[in-house]
Amino acid sequence: MTTIATPTASAADTQAPHYNPKSETAGAKRLKSAIFHVVALALTAVVLYPALWMIASSFKPNAEIGGSNTSLWSSNFSFDNFVTAMDGIGGVSTMTFFTNSLILALGAVVGTILSASVSAYAFARIKFPGRSVFFGMMIATLLLPFHVVIIPQYIIFNQLGLVDTYIPLLVGKFLAADAFFVFLMVQFMRNLPAELDEAARIDGAGHARIFGSIMLPLMKPALISTSIFSFIWSWNDFLGPLLYLNTPEKYPLPLALRLFVDQTQSSDYGAMIAMSVLALLPVLVFFLVFQRYIVEGVSTQGLKG
Amino acid sequence: MTQSPTLSRRSTSSDLPQPRKSRQRGTDTRAGYTFLLPWLLGFIALTIGPMISSLYLSFTNYNLFEPPKWIGLDNYISLFQDERFLQSVGVTVSYVVFGTPIKLAAALAVAMLLNSKRKGQGFYRSAFYAPSLIGASVSIAIVWKAMFGDSGPVDQGLSFFGINLGGWVGNPSMTMPMFILLTVWQFGAPMVIFLAGLKQIPGELYEAASMDGAGPIRKFFNITWPMLSPVIFFNLLMETIHAFQIFNAAYIISNGEGGPAGSTLFYTLYLYLRGFSDFRMGYASAMAWLLVIVVGVITLIFFRTSKSWVHYSGDSK
Repeated sequence: MTTIATPTASAADTQAPHYNPKSETAGAKRLKSAIFHVVALALTAVVLYPALWMIASSFKPNAEIGGSNTSLWSSNFSFDNFVTAMDGIGGVSTMTFFTNSLILALGAVVGTILSASVSAYAFARIKFPGRSVFFGMMIATLLLPFHVVIIPQYIIFNQLGLVDTYIPLLVGKFLAADAFFVFLMVQFMRNLPAELDEAARIDGAGHARIFGSIMLPLMKPALISTSIFSFIWSWNDFLGPLLYLNTPEKYPLPLALRLFVDQTQSSDYGAMIAMSVLALLPVLVFFLVFQRYIVEGVSTQGLKG
Repeated sequence: MTQSPTLSRRSTSSDLPQPRKSRQRGTDTRAGYTFLLPWLLGFIALTIGPMISSLYLSFTNYNLFEPPKWIGLDNYISLFQDERFLQSVGVTVSYVVFGTPIKLAAALAVAMLLNSKRKGQGFYRSAFYAPSLIGASVSIAIVWKAMFGDSGPVDQGLSFFGINLGGWVGNPSMTMPMFILLTVWQFGAPMVIFLAGLKQIPGELYEAASMDGAGPIRKFFNITWPMLSPVIFFNLLMETIHAFQIFNAAYIISNGEGGPAGSTLFYTLYLYLRGFSDFRMGYASAMAWLLVIVVGVITLIFFRTSKSWVHYSGDSK
């Protein structure tokens, strides 16, 4: 609708008066399209360069990374860096870090889905005193710098003897502490027709039934976006594990990476970058598989009602 | 236009005609609080409770091992005599002030470039978005450090053009541009939001403006900017608030020290060091509250000034 440069419109364009600046010949149109693609492709190259450099370097021998050989391709292509990276650090294999990251990320997804959907249902579909006040507070926490709560939270978990366990990292997920996801689901639910609840209510269904058998199935797109994002955010989380975990056996990948950087002190660049690639691999796979969902999710959550 | 049902938001359960009014209201209240329970518990135990206790701690001396000692405003006073603190404020402010507008300008420019029905639009959109998904990770921080290090690809590339800056990582005057490039690189997320906003602007407006002989610059300032202003406002607010909280990259690139010469001592990094390295938790709490106040004031200023330039045309119908 926003574009006028569709093929069907071009026939009308040729009949337009000559002084109209919008009338273009087919040649000019093709030229414009070519310029667009040249600019967009150049930009793509720049934007994707760091990722390509990372992947290319992970296959290069140490001497060639940051050496005079600036080309991405190396004739000495090898998997050696990955072999070293898989060995892990301090006697803990990288597979262990992978498993730890996976446990944390899956825990985050399950917790967020359960708690955020239930809370969002209360905000979007039930009328009760205090709702708008709480909703306002929930929105306020979206803007709140979370650093204001990390110190007391740490003190509490420390007193409960829960430091160096996964509980401090997961308990917030089961209590809908990521207001962003609650908000996303509220927005989604508000757009489902009110007649659905009405009809179910006349049939004698309570809120539990309405939520479980009507809302949840209809919310699939919101649930999928939430799962994807809570997985990726948990996978990339660094500050949480940095604060709470002390034993390397319990480290997720980002923390293990930092340990690796500390211990090798950049002496083994190749392995360090190979490990960075490994740590990002699930996120990249997620992105390639779900890119439509992810990008659509971002564009609709941004346009809040 | 069909893909964003979020814009029509008039129908909610509150519009329901409710039979058996009073009884229904009782069940609704009970059900409401039952469903809200997880969030409510989290809000009390993980947000409001900790906020109050960190406000209290900010007036004390507390090292986690001995009970907190009340010292009044001492923490706040010593903050402003602490050179490292003032430096961290300077570093963070220049990051926010330069990084955010550049990032948003890039996002808007690319969104406008992509806002047409050309082949490959979906591909470009995804490719440009990808860095936003991985940009805050430890992996990317490591890669950034390697790319901007001595004889890394950036140094080599610039040398090729005769610019010999050496590695940016060890040069106190080049670390800020390096961090700004890292955030600008992640322009994809606001770009996607801009693009969704641009798609909502009716094409007739541009056609009518063309008829009247308006050029691209006039069209931008008289149509695109006002029509997009709610989205610009949203992106500006969110990106500014997030920029204040940058941590991962600062920690990784400077090995958790904020160097060289304190040039990467971002606010949250200093807060972390004070709280969890020096165990000066009262001091760190004062820093945290100061951040909350600053972010709150900025949000307020944004909302106040928004009345003069943000137009919610959709609401007037």
